[in-house]
Amino acid sequence: MATPKLSLQDVHKRFGSKVVLDGVSLDVYPGESVVVMGGSGTGKSVMLKCVLGLIQPDSGRILLDGNDITHVHGREREHLLRRFGMLFQGGALFDSLRVWRNVSFGLISAQRMRKRDARARAVEILAKVGLGPEVGDLRPAELSGGMQKRVALARAIATNPEIIFFDEPTAGLDPIMADVINKLIIERVRDLGATALTITHDMASARKIADRIGMLHGGKIIWIGPAAEVDHSGNPYVEQFIHGRAEGPITMAVRRQ
Amino acid sequence: MTTATNPVANIGRATLDFLADVGRICIFAAQSLLAVFTPPFYLANLGRQLLSVGFYSLPVVGLTALFTGAVLAQQIYIGTGRFNAESTVPTIVVFGITRELGPVIASLMVAGRVAAAMAAELGTMRVTEQIDALTTLATNPFRYLIAPRVLAATLMLPILVLIGDIIGVMGGWLLSTTVLGYNSVGYLQRSMDFLETWDVISGLIKAGVFGFIIALMGCYQGFNSSGGAQGVGRATTNAVVSASILILAANYIITSIVFTD
Repeated sequence: MATPKLSLQDVHKRFGSKVVLDGVSLDVYPGESVVVMGGSGTGKSVMLKCVLGLIQPDSGRILLDGNDITHVHGREREHLLRRFGMLFQGGALFDSLRVWRNVSFGLISAQRMRKRDARARAVEILAKVGLGPEVGDLRPAELSGGMQKRVALARAIATNPEIIFFDEPTAGLDPIMADVINKLIIERVRDLGATALTITHDMASARKIADRIGMLHGGKIIWIGPAAEVDHSGNPYVEQFIHGRAEGPITMAVRRQ
Repeated sequence: MTTATNPVANIGRATLDFLADVGRICIFAAQSLLAVFTPPFYLANLGRQLLSVGFYSLPVVGLTALFTGAVLAQQIYIGTGRFNAESTVPTIVVFGITRELGPVIASLMVAGRVAAAMAAELGTMRVTEQIDALTTLATNPFRYLIAPRVLAATLMLPILVLIGDIIGVMGGWLLSTTVLGYNSVGYLQRSMDFLETWDVISGLIKAGVFGFIIALMGCYQGFNSSGGAQGVGRATTNAVVSASILILAANYIITSIVFTD
């Protein structure tokens, strides 16, 4: 098989005495969409932040196209991050900037695109997520939750990243808006030919956007397989999770990480 | 005795925490300075901060300087009156304002305004993941957020203090000529007679240092805040308190070591 686009090898991370990632290993191949599901507080976000370098893992290796990027810092890291896009759970839009400046932020700030060109590009990208050019002049605070997610998605894809991370893309949205976002994610990722890694606890979303689904529990990936096989995993943890049962091997963590 | 009740252990722990904090602040300051002097420079952000730190602080600084100058003249008039030295009021007022009260009071007022605003803004950006988002958009938050704030405060405080000095002296002059019966021209002449350039300059240099402290504490507390709305509130309080204490401590150290003449 080809070299994985992104590979996590035995990644450990603990905060104080609390072990969050206890040897996560995961390969994501070029052009595929992998969804990692797991309950709240199982370290899904920490996993993404380790890859992005926002959190330094305690041990283990993270490879991009076969190159070790675990300890890349400073300017090199900035350069590396241009190949990534990230949709944050709460959107994380810059509330001091207008929508079009948010969408074109990576183009202007990192790629030094001229403002006029960046604005035209922002309008194009907004159209791709189903928003009209008039939205560009609004402030993020004036938008509804679903619209903010769309803008955040637009910002994540604006720089044509090779890899896009989606952190709970449907959290806090009604089922219809969630489906709209799912559809946009599938279309945009396919459009860019990008590799996608999504973390979610929304099963409907996972089934929709995943080529492969993995399950993170106890700081490890305990099961991973094609999306179609998730219903016949034979794994009691996965079974409990996808059916949303309170009874089973999984007990809920009380404290957050 | 358990470690929780052991007084020596508690002192030790507090000392270690304090030293760790000092270390973190020093590293943060070094990173901020590095960001100030290395490209890319975000000039639009710098402009916004210059406006917000400088221009919008003018009313606060002007009013405090005016009242401080007036009350200083009043008190010195009473004090010097006890040994018939009322003629020294203008000299002492201008000396006190330019060397001490101008920089310190203006900086404390700006600390309340600006350090709080910086901590609240950066703290909110931290807890809503906007700072992480900046990083993932290949933008260094130290260069984009912190360098403009630190630079703006360091540049604007001396200017604010210079304006405050003038208004403070005017406050003293206003009170002396209208209430205490001084001659207007005579008062101003006495003010200038013994004033040296160094009196003003030393105050402005201090103001620059205080400006750096204000932005540093506002940014440090905001940047490192955690724990939602409560965490942002704590960061804001800590920013104002730590900036104020550091300003007063730095004032003493600078004055006693550098500006002894």
